Amino acid sequence: MIRFEQVSKRYPGGVESLADISFEIRQGELIVLRGHSGAGKSTLLKLIPALERPTAGRVLVNDQDVGRLPRSAIPYLRRSLGLVTQDSRLLYDRSVLDNVLMPLVITGLSGKEAKKRAHVALDRVGLSGYERAMPITLSGGEQQRVAIARAIVNRPAILIADEPTAHLDAEYADEIAALFRSFNEAGVTVIVATHSESLFAARAPRRLSLSHGRLVA
Amino acid sequence: MSLLSQHIQAKKAALRRLATKPMSTLLSALVVAIALTLPALGYVLADNASRLAQGISGRPEISVFMDVNAAESDARDLERKLHSDPGIAAIRFIPKAQALKELASEAGLGNVTATLGENPLPDALIITPRDDSPAEFLRLKEGVSRFPGVAHVQLDTEWVQRLDALLRLARSAVGALAALLGTALVIVTFNTIRLQILTQRHEIGVSLLLGATRPWVRRPFLWFGLLQGALGGVIAWGLLQLILIALRGPATRLADSYGIPLEIAGPGLLQVLGLVALAAALGWLGAALSVRRHLKDGVATD
Repeated sequence: MIRFEQVSKRYPGGVESLADISFEIRQGELIVLRGHSGAGKSTLLKLIPALERPTAGRVLVNDQDVGRLPRSAIPYLRRSLGLVTQDSRLLYDRSVLDNVLMPLVITGLSGKEAKKRAHVALDRVGLSGYERAMPITLSGGEQQRVAIARAIVNRPAILIADEPTAHLDAEYADEIAALFRSFNEAGVTVIVATHSESLFAARAPRRLSLSHGRLVA
Repeated sequence: MSLLSQHIQAKKAALRRLATKPMSTLLSALVVAIALTLPALGYVLADNASRLAQGISGRPEISVFMDVNAAESDARDLERKLHSDPGIAAIRFIPKAQALKELASEAGLGNVTATLGENPLPDALIITPRDDSPAEFLRLKEGVSRFPGVAHVQLDTEWVQRLDALLRLARSAVGALAALLGTALVIVTFNTIRLQILTQRHEIGVSLLLGATRPWVRRPFLWFGLLQGALGGVIAWGLLQLILIALRGPATRLADSYGIPLEIAGPGLLQVLGLVALAAALGWLGAALSVRRHLKDGVATD
């Protein structure tokens, strides 16, 4: 499903963020990507939706070399993925429902069907009844759950989360981790980057560890 | 999703943005309107002056003035000879005494002419050529000038031609002004859209992250520029009407004092539609240039 082949990423200025990374993720796997801050986790995750392009090597998503995708094809790749970032990236001048509807509006789905899907997504993350709330009135954990609902509303086959619990306390972090596990159990391939040793400690079927841009385990 | 529905969606988004900040929208549209009103007013006034000149010039004639010392028989003799020219449709003889009488009554100079010791005006012949072409006028002018006793031959169309040249100059000036203010309009829209892109930087970034295409991001801004321009065009039409209403009375009174019938006409429906369409097109152009410039420079996440 996702394959990294001898991937390196060097930023302008000569900083090498990733060096000679190779691994494969199969459909339905739950992958926990670990590493200290600056290890290259975010860069690695950004290569999958083509938010960054590799300097060397290939990143294949469903046998498609995303590093060589024309710019016009990248939005369609991103629509097939669910992306969750550590700062949730919600629109604070819009309601929870409008935030969750956004990926559907972008793909051209609107009206009853879109709202139905948004309600289902909010229900999945335990935020039924919060549709009209503004994100600023929610806690950090709730905001992150809105971001997760937005990521799953398009029913992606792959869910990518970069430090989704970074700003949350332990209780909220465990709730979010449980959510990702439940999506994985429903058949979604989940890749979560975290610097936390305790998160996903139990029952994580596969771990990838990065150190100074290199895969160490 | 069809392109049409995407445009409908983008237009709705642009209308929402316009409605969200009504005061800002109105002020921007007013700037656009003022930039458009000035050249539009110039165009309308030049158009009116042009129609006025055409209306009062009538059929072109040639005035032949005899020497003040020439006898009336010389003018009559010339009239007879000219009757044989097939290029002449009509000749009217105006004796000097009649010319003085007309000057006193029509131009209101009765008091002045009464003080004159003798009549300073010459006998005159007014020739109406069959053909209005400049070449024929020139031929007749040169032919008549050679007759003895003829002091001066004047083409009555000369002042109309001068006025026409003046109007052409005015139209060119209006064109240059329109080009300048049109550029200003594009710059105003460019800057409005630039500020919008900056304030919506986060939303644009999130949209691109979620799979929005660049055209999808651009469209609401293009519609915004187009609608703001069109709104400015409509306001410009309103301002133009107000200015014309204010000018109509004084201009008519001024023209009346010269004995010229004048009624200032406003722009026609096609001209109004043209004004609004031009404003919309310039707004779109400003938005397109801004989006092209500012979505390329770092707002996008890819």
